[in-house]
Amino acid sequence: MIEVIDGERCTSCDICVNVCPTNVFDKTDGIPVIARQGDCQTCFLCELYCPEDALYVSPFADQAQPIDLVALKQTDSMGSYRRAVGWTDETSDRRGVDRSYLLFGH
Amino acid sequence: MPNPSHRAERVSAPEGSVVFEADVLVIGGGPAGTWAAVSAAERGARVVLADKGFCGTSGATAAAGTGVWYIDPDPALREAAMANREKMGGYLQDRRWMTRVLDSTYQHSNRLADWGYPYPVDGRGKSQRNSLQGPEYMRLMRKRTKQAGVTILDHSPALELLVDDDGAVAGASGMRRQKQDRWTVRAKAVVIATGGCAFLSKTLGSNVLTGDGYLMAAEVGAEFTSMEFSNPYAISPAFGSVTKTLFYGWASFSYDDGSVVPGAASKGGRSAIARALLEGPVYARLDKADDDVRHHMRVSQPNFFLPFDRTGIDPFKDRFPVTLRLEGTVRGTGGLRIVDDSCASSVPGLYAAGDAATRELICGGFTGGGSHNAAWAMSSGAWAGQGAADYATQVGPAAGRTLSSAGAVAFRSRSRRAFAPAALARAVQAEVFPYELNYFREASRLQGALGRLDAAWRDVSEADAADTSEIVRARETAAMLATARWMYRSALARQESRGMHRRDDFSEQDSRQRHYVTTGGLDEIWTSARPHAEAGYAEAAE
Repeated sequence: MIEVIDGERCTSCDICVNVCPTNVFDKTDGIPVIARQGDCQTCFLCELYCPEDALYVSPFADQAQPIDLVALKQTDSMGSYRRAVGWTDETSDRRGVDRSYLLFGH
Repeated sequence: MPNPSHRAERVSAPEGSVVFEADVLVIGGGPAGTWAAVSAAERGARVVLADKGFCGTSGATAAAGTGVWYIDPDPALREAAMANREKMGGYLQDRRWMTRVLDSTYQHSNRLADWGYPYPVDGRGKSQRNSLQGPEYMRLMRKRTKQAGVTILDHSPALELLVDDDGAVAGASGMRRQKQDRWTVRAKAVVIATGGCAFLSKTLGSNVLTGDGYLMAAEVGAEFTSMEFSNPYAISPAFGSVTKTLFYGWASFSYDDGSVVPGAASKGGRSAIARALLEGPVYARLDKADDDVRHHMRVSQPNFFLPFDRTGIDPFKDRFPVTLRLEGTVRGTGGLRIVDDSCASSVPGLYAAGDAATRELICGGFTGGGSHNAAWAMSSGAWAGQGAADYATQVGPAAGRTLSSAGAVAFRSRSRRAFAPAALARAVQAEVFPYELNYFREASRLQGALGRLDAAWRDVSEADAADTSEIVRARETAAMLATARWMYRSALARQESRGMHRRDDFSEQDSRQRHYVTTGGLDEIWTSARPHAEAGYAEAAE
């Protein structure tokens, strides 16, 4: 489930509020809030659309997990999905590398 | 740019609501809905697309990666593609439909390439088009939908259809849940592209898929078919949401003590996993993948690895607990019955596409997986959009039509008791999640579940109307409840095992039941048998 909106990185662009398919976030006068965490379906798409790598979705789909943001930011987890699919400027060469055609028919 | 006159028109409306006039309303903004919207707009229709979430991230495809049933137009390859799953599907496919879906999928995939989808190129320089990465694909489809002049309403769940005095479908209304107001679209035709129903099981990307379109369609009298083929379960880490069954083809499955689960496999051995899970935890390890395969998996679907990377599990070396999450009619093959080549439903003005429609025509009784569903979404989406646009040109001017709302459950004030969506969701899940009820079916267990589900339906039918804050959840859970009842009523009617439908009390396929099961109704659920096209011809020839 979505666990973190990092107040240091978030620019209040509200993209996450718009793109979340299950309407988990709410706009505020400042940065958005996680208003309905229980509705999160752990699809990771908010992370993918966040241009600032300010969001973190825990892989635990059924239970909330306490997150130590300072420790988390010392890992490469935040933004890792976006980099992996080539949605950052530095990694855009990863967009056309789907190798599923080599896996089908197994 | 589209001609401005080909955009849906926003007309004046009472405070707290917005009203649009359109030719075609598409409900649902996944692959089928976006292809429908683009195709209707290309026919000159003024189109509104309403999505419950965000068109571009909503639905089972956007969050995942999917194969596509894309086969080069070589007759031998096409023949093999049609033949190789006929037995698994219980011989309920229809060759004519398979042929036209293969043609259509080939054309639409090539359009995606023209639009800039970054298909990979293999070692021989050939563009490989039998797979789509969901986020990339749906971001592109949103862009093309907007460029086609379609008005997109995001975060706008549809709640009920509108009908004219003749019973023809003429629009819908719903909520704009981020603006706390109501929307109404008066349209000449409606395409239901709301996906299937996965019962809030958290199978990847599927919690928006609660059967909403089925409920709305049933309220105007639409029919369903193949709803007994509704019990696929996908493998995921026990703690996580990422279901990617393909990759578990390289897994070994073991019990708590490390011993192998006999017969367990992703393909052809999932029932062994289900039986083992009834006894206790089951673990997987993708230890059959060599270095090349590991690399291909990582680049092909990075989100498969998020649950592992973020918990410090190496899925190729470490055993991790797995579960089976119900995919329901998302990966089942049942849905709204299609009555002609334009994907019209059995109700005038109402069309169906994608997982909301039956996939029996190309899959029979066993899922073709993402591959066939993706092909069906493109093909049926385009046909439904074109069909709806053509139908709209034949309907007279919208002015002067008297429209009424068709929604019933959760809208009627009965004042008996409050509608309790969360409790209803749990009650439905308790009947459809258990493997001993849904995976492995048997008459008395099905009848027991149906007794409880029918009682729940009577209960919600007498409940008070849900208030604004609860109406979306109320309608979603009522749709889940109705879906479960069509599923199990159809499962009782099919007294054999065929495709994914397996009966403990009728363990063999019965050649006399090579027919489809049609179902429908809300207060009273009915079923009837419909001949398969070929079986029908054979009978007529006798």
